[in-house]
Amino acid sequence: MRGFLLNRLSQSLALLVIVSIIGFTILSLIPGGPLSQFARDPGMTQQDIERLAEQLGLNRPLWIQYFDWAWRLVQGDWGRSLRDGTYVLSVIGRHLFATFLLMGTSTVIAIAIGTWIGIRGATHRYSLFDYLATIGAMVALSIPTFWFGLVGIYVFTLKLGWVPAGNMYTIGDGSVLDYLHHLILPSVVLSLVHVAIWSRYMRTATLDAISQDFVKTARAKGVSERRILLKHVVGNALLPMITLAGVQLPSILTGALVTETVFTWPGMGRLFLDSLGYSDYPVVMGLLMFSAILVILGNLIADIVVAIVDPRIRLG
Amino acid sequence: MTALAVSAAPSRWWHSRAVLRFINHRLALLGLAMITLLTLACVLGPYLLPYDSLYIDLRARFAPPMTGHHYLGTDPLGRDLAARLLMAGRISLLVGFSAMLLSIVIGALVGVIAGYRGGWIGAVLMRTVDGFLSFPSIFLVLALAAALRPSPIMITIIIAITKWMEVARIVEAEVRSLREREFVQAGRMLGLSGTHIMFREILPNAMGPIIVAASLTVARAILLEAYISFLGYGIQPPLPSWGNMLNGAQQYLASAPWLAIIPGAAITIAVTSFNFIGDGLRDALDVRDDHI
Repeated sequence: MRGFLLNRLSQSLALLVIVSIIGFTILSLIPGGPLSQFARDPGMTQQDIERLAEQLGLNRPLWIQYFDWAWRLVQGDWGRSLRDGTYVLSVIGRHLFATFLLMGTSTVIAIAIGTWIGIRGATHRYSLFDYLATIGAMVALSIPTFWFGLVGIYVFTLKLGWVPAGNMYTIGDGSVLDYLHHLILPSVVLSLVHVAIWSRYMRTATLDAISQDFVKTARAKGVSERRILLKHVVGNALLPMITLAGVQLPSILTGALVTETVFTWPGMGRLFLDSLGYSDYPVVMGLLMFSAILVILGNLIADIVVAIVDPRIRLG
Repeated sequence: MTALAVSAAPSRWWHSRAVLRFINHRLALLGLAMITLLTLACVLGPYLLPYDSLYIDLRARFAPPMTGHHYLGTDPLGRDLAARLLMAGRISLLVGFSAMLLSIVIGALVGVIAGYRGGWIGAVLMRTVDGFLSFPSIFLVLALAAALRPSPIMITIIIAITKWMEVARIVEAEVRSLREREFVQAGRMLGLSGTHIMFREILPNAMGPIIVAASLTVARAILLEAYISFLGYGIQPPLPSWGNMLNGAQQYLASAPWLAIIPGAAITIAVTSFNFIGDGLRDALDVRDDHI
């Protein structure tokens, strides 16, 4: 187990280095560099810009700039927002809760519904339900999240008036019930794609588990079908799903960004778009790195959990 | 083992088992039919409609579908929605298709070199693939689109930059498994150059999985273009695309819902078609089922 952990940890660290290089390269692609925002200010002369570039060390070779930037990143200095001068990490911190609330709720919904559809599709293979679930999943994967959100608002807010059209809470209310009321539509919208993905993988995993010898043994022993399904099949089928949860993180974050825009949800996705609009590159860069770290960490945790649950991996 | 190997026995390519299996796949045929119709409509349609997609008519603003000759209604500037939808389709389909071609080229190139050379070159290339996969693609695309001038060609390149990794992984795995096979060793003994072996001997054998990935990549590229154009960083007006037609539609959701519903439906139809086709191709070409 120790060897496995060390191996996996060093892999993640190496990946972090690569990710930071890609991120830094993209940042340096921006014409005019981090000073492009100031260059547009009529109060700034060419001399001012050159002096600023000198002060910030922007005329040094790129690789020296990279090491300087990376070293400060490691020390926790992610720079300051160009918009209001606050620290990038604290800006991100303020928007974390909203995004995690949205992502967490929709993941729970996706896992619950997706697992059910997947298992039922596998146990009733080639039934009408199975066909509809297969086609439904492919269509669900093809629907743009923002459009699904707009249609949702049209139907459930404008026509039926069941849920609010956006925001995380009503100003002046903010009770748990109020939060939940605002959470329903965006989290269902965000979960659609993941219900589809989750149900497809769960179906395959369940079919794999059903054809295993231990299921035949259990049948031969006279264990009831219900007990076989719950005790032998589902447990084994859920195992690969842990990895899937890690792998799906980037796409959940992508979906969250779009969903937050449609529902004016005050999370990291909205922050990213607002910062892009203001050319606030330190925050944009911070969010890019932060989301990549989140993804790498998520995959690492998923792998470790699988290794703890499944001895074949940590020993083999 | 792939379409190319199978087609050795029958005399005509349309007799091959892969083609027959694709035809038996009803959803794939449906997808093919839908995408053919959609493409034809986008190519020919604008010539048949009475209105130009850029013609502004403030007297006819917010006309609901089926008013006069505005079959799908008009937008906030009184432009004909049907004409705009079809012109937008040209852009969206073209960007999606070109982004796919470009990402396949990048992915195949990286995959072949990484798989055939192996060693530290392969390790560096494949870790770069992992690195790119660690970013949520839309964050990467938006950051790039905001930094570079978003012309349709630039958007195509940006989408390709964030969508080539899957093909690279597929090709790398395939090439690595083929590298030590007899026909490759024979090629080496005959003194063929590394480039010839990589691209003329090995790559054709990985064509099946590449074709499947290609059809699914078109679907994803169209979606991604729609996302970034919807957010205002993709195709810029007055050039219409399905995504940027939805940009701004939210504020008219109560008064003019067709502005939001119609372009989104077009995106869904196009993307569903490519996903159906990809699914059919996977069955037809016998590609291992490790994606959905």
